[in-house]
Order: sequence, then C-alpha cells, then structure tokens
Amino acid sequence: MSKLSLLDIIGPIMLGPSSSHTAGAVRIGNLAREIVAEEIEEVKFHLHGSFKETYQGHGTDKALLGGLLGLSTADPKIKNAFELAEEKGIEFDYLPVELDGVHPNTAKLEIKDRTDKTTTIVASSVGGGSVVIKQIDGINVDLNGEYHTLITLHQDKPGVMAKISRVLEEDELNIAFMKVLREYKGALATAVIELDHNLTTKKLRAIKEIAEIKEARIIKPVK
Amino acid sequence: MYDFKTINGLIELAQKEELSIPEVVILREQELSERSEAEIRELMKKNLKVMKEAAQKGLEKDDLTSISGLTGGDGRLLAEAEKDGKSLIGAVISQAVAKALAIAEVNAAMEPIVAVPTAGSCGILPAALLTVAEKYEKKEEEVIDALFVASGIGLAIAQQASVSGAEGGCQAECGSAAGMAAGAVVYLMGGDHNQLASAVAISLKTVLGLVCDPVAGLVEVPCIKRNATGASNALVAAEMALAGIESVIPVDEVIVAMKKVGDALPNELKETSLGGLAATPTARKIENELTLNN
Repeated sequence: MSKLSLLDIIGPIMLGPSSSHTAGAVRIGNLAREIVAEEIEEVKFHLHGSFKETYQGHGTDKALLGGLLGLSTADPKIKNAFELAEEKGIEFDYLPVELDGVHPNTAKLEIKDRTDKTTTIVASSVGGGSVVIKQIDGINVDLNGEYHTLITLHQDKPGVMAKISRVLEEDELNIAFMKVLREYKGALATAVIELDHNLTTKKLRAIKEIAEIKEARIIKPVK
Repeated sequence: MYDFKTINGLIELAQKEELSIPEVVILREQELSERSEAEIRELMKKNLKVMKEAAQKGLEKDDLTSISGLTGGDGRLLAEAEKDGKSLIGAVISQAVAKALAIAEVNAAMEPIVAVPTAGSCGILPAALLTVAEKYEKKEEEVIDALFVASGIGLAIAQQASVSGAEGGCQAECGSAAGMAAGAVVYLMGGDHNQLASAVAISLKTVLGLVCDPVAGLVEVPCIKRNATGASNALVAAEMALAGIESVIPVDEVIVAMKKVGDALPNELKETSLGGLAATPTARKIENELTLNN
C-alpha cells in the first residue's frame, strides 16, 4: 500500500453520502469512460451485493452514470445524471446480479458505444473512494486508476515483454507495476503495465506496431 | 525525513526540529507529494471553504432531505431552538451539535462535503472547529493550521488502527473524527502538546467499542446523530484537556486499544447492517418500505 497522504484524511471533497457507494461509484464511471474511449450509446449497470441493496439510497445509480458522463466526484451535476444522459441520448438501466467471489460493492458495466462495440467492465469500490477495475471483457486486469496504465492483448511468445519495455525505456518511462496474464501457454496474453508518466500517442503507436501485439490501449488515471 | 506513525512520534519530531505541528505535517506532505507548501495550504483552504458552505447549507436550507427521505432538517431545528434562547447546554456545544447535524444531513442529501476522515463522519471536525473559531474570532490561517493538526492526528490513527467503519466500527470513524477535532480545537486555543495528546486520548476512550450499524445500509440513521455527539465529545475532551486534565492511558496506547477492539467486533457490527440498530424491528420496517418504494 502506498503511503497515506493528509489528503486521504482531510478529503476528498465529494458529493455525499458515502465514499464507497457514491465517490467510488463516480470513479468507476470515470474509469469506464476512459476504457471505452468512444461516444457511449447504451449502458447496463449490473449491480451486485451492497450496491444492489442500497444503490438508490446512496445515489450509486446517479454516481455511476455521472462518472460515465465524465463528471468528477465533487460535481453537483451528478444529482442530474439521469437528465444529462437523456439529453445526450444515452440509454441506461440498472439490473440486479449475483457475481461470484467479488467485493460486496461491485458493478458489472455493459457499455455499447457508437461504433457498435460492447465493452464489459467489472469494477469494485473497495473503500474510501478507492476502486479496482477487476475485468475488462473477461480479462482480469486489477487496475486502480491511480496510474497511466497500458493494457495490451498480445500473442504469448518469448520476447514480447522485452519489446514493449524497450519502447517504454526510450522515453525513460518508469514502470510502477506490471503483470502479465494468460489463459494458456502460447495463446493470447494480457499485460497490465502501470506507469508513472503518460505514454505519448507516438509511443502507443510504436507499441501497436510490435508484430505480436493485437491490441493496446492506454488508460489515464482518474482523480 | 518528516515521517511519523504515532501522535507521540509527531510531537517528538516537532520538539526535536523546533517546529509547530502543522509545519511537521506540511513538511511530511511536501516530501510525499512533491507539492509546495503554498499548494498544500491552498488545498486545505479549499477544504475549509467546502466545510463552511456545507454547514451553512445545512443550517439555512429549509427543505433539506436525504435521497431516501429518511432524514433532514434537524440541524436547523436545533439551531433555531438555541437562537430562541432555549439551549440547556450552552451556546458553544449547542451550535457545534447543530452544525454537525447540518453537515451530516447535507452529506445524506448528496451535496458536496469534505470526507474527514470519511463521508459518514464528515460533520464532526468542521462543526467543533468552526464553532470555536467563530466564538473566539480566530483568523482563517489559524483555522487552516488547526486542520493540519487534525490531519496529523488522523494520519497517526489511520497508520496504527483504522478510520473505516467497515474495518473498525463507528469508533474508528466517528471516534477518529472526534479525536482529530479535539486535538485541533486544543491547538486552536493555544494548548500545549500534552494537552493536545490528552484531548485526543480522552475523546477516543469515551467511544471505544462503538459499533457501525447503519439502518438499511444508509449513511443516515444513526450516523447523523453520532456526528452530533461526536462534535460534543470533541469539545468536552478539549475542555478537560485545556483545564489540565490528563489521560491516564497515553494516546497511542488508546489508539492501539481501539484497533484491537475493532478487530474483536463481529462483522455484524461493522457496517454490514446485520446487527445493532440496523437489526431492530423498526429498522427492518424502514428497510422494507424503502425496498417497496424502489
């Protein structure tokens, strides 16, 4: 765990009533927006556990949607998230779900964007406004949105990670955390690389040009 | 290195370096965040502004209601009674309690607040501090310094125990907030290091074992009224400490005891709404009604 800042004690400035059910929900929405990175057409929020039981009383519904619209945890407009989404022509719905082995404050977001692509994101609000993106499209990523994060989908071959780090190294981009996950040897693997600084568009392109890389995206940190 | 893990560590560092407690807390943050002192002070000033606005909104808005419809308007009710000369306990405590209710009600109404240390306990520190600051006409910079003192206390509690109700019960949330407020008020009133440490210890000791049992899982019942008693707890502890009353058990030992009590609390009493007030017949009835309304 990183060292506590005094801003963890006094703050954040946020809309009530709950750091986990409201502020954390906004951050889940913010991160989902970053991950999708396209105009959103429709979203289904599948709510699990305590999110399912108390989402209206905590404003979790408005918080998730407001976050997806790009509002910050302290933005009073979150209270009008339903109206704002309607103005933008975004359809939204809240549904109960039972997910296995997840934190009680978990939501599964099914987001259809204007390119007709659907992205599925599973995220948990783990306390004090901190969140963890557990899965993107079924792939375990476990990222917390505190770093610039590079996510790749690549062929599981020796040397791919070295090629990626070479690109990062050229810009002296320091890797804070990194994990590589694969379903089975030689198949497709995912790397989640959390960086201290942002990756330029040029660098992202260089990564995408690596022969074994199928997909690569960068997710900016959210406050 | 300006790091500390305990209240005693914070005080020793201040004495050794001949610095004030706010200075040590700011230097620690500068090392941690690479922000300048001016930036850190500016952030705290912003926090203070939101605290004041929340108190004002809670006391003045005549239709303040939580999203669930369960709560709202109690801070205003008490403030009016006090203004009408009907206070039993005196202006300072009565006004602080009214502000604590008001800010916690603003939180439940999905309005902006500062989580100190959490959203559920957001009324305690601002209520105690702002009331004392108004009464004794303290300057804004002095109040901001007191907020840094409160942060230092909160950091010491969070590093030795917890400030989360789900981990340690309400003692960790409203208790920590009261400890932070008690120490900040002692600092604002010119108390010394020992008095500050005693105030934190006394306020925490009185709520050891306090459970977290929110009705229907919402940050409303009993949270809002526990903010009220948290603010009065802070002021009573500060009053005792400033008079020279000491805590027999040193403050950091109290914090560790709070951690152990929190660990010993069953999960039913740690924000799960399975025990305590949340499991009473009335709470269950409220829960059912809220579900039906959905």
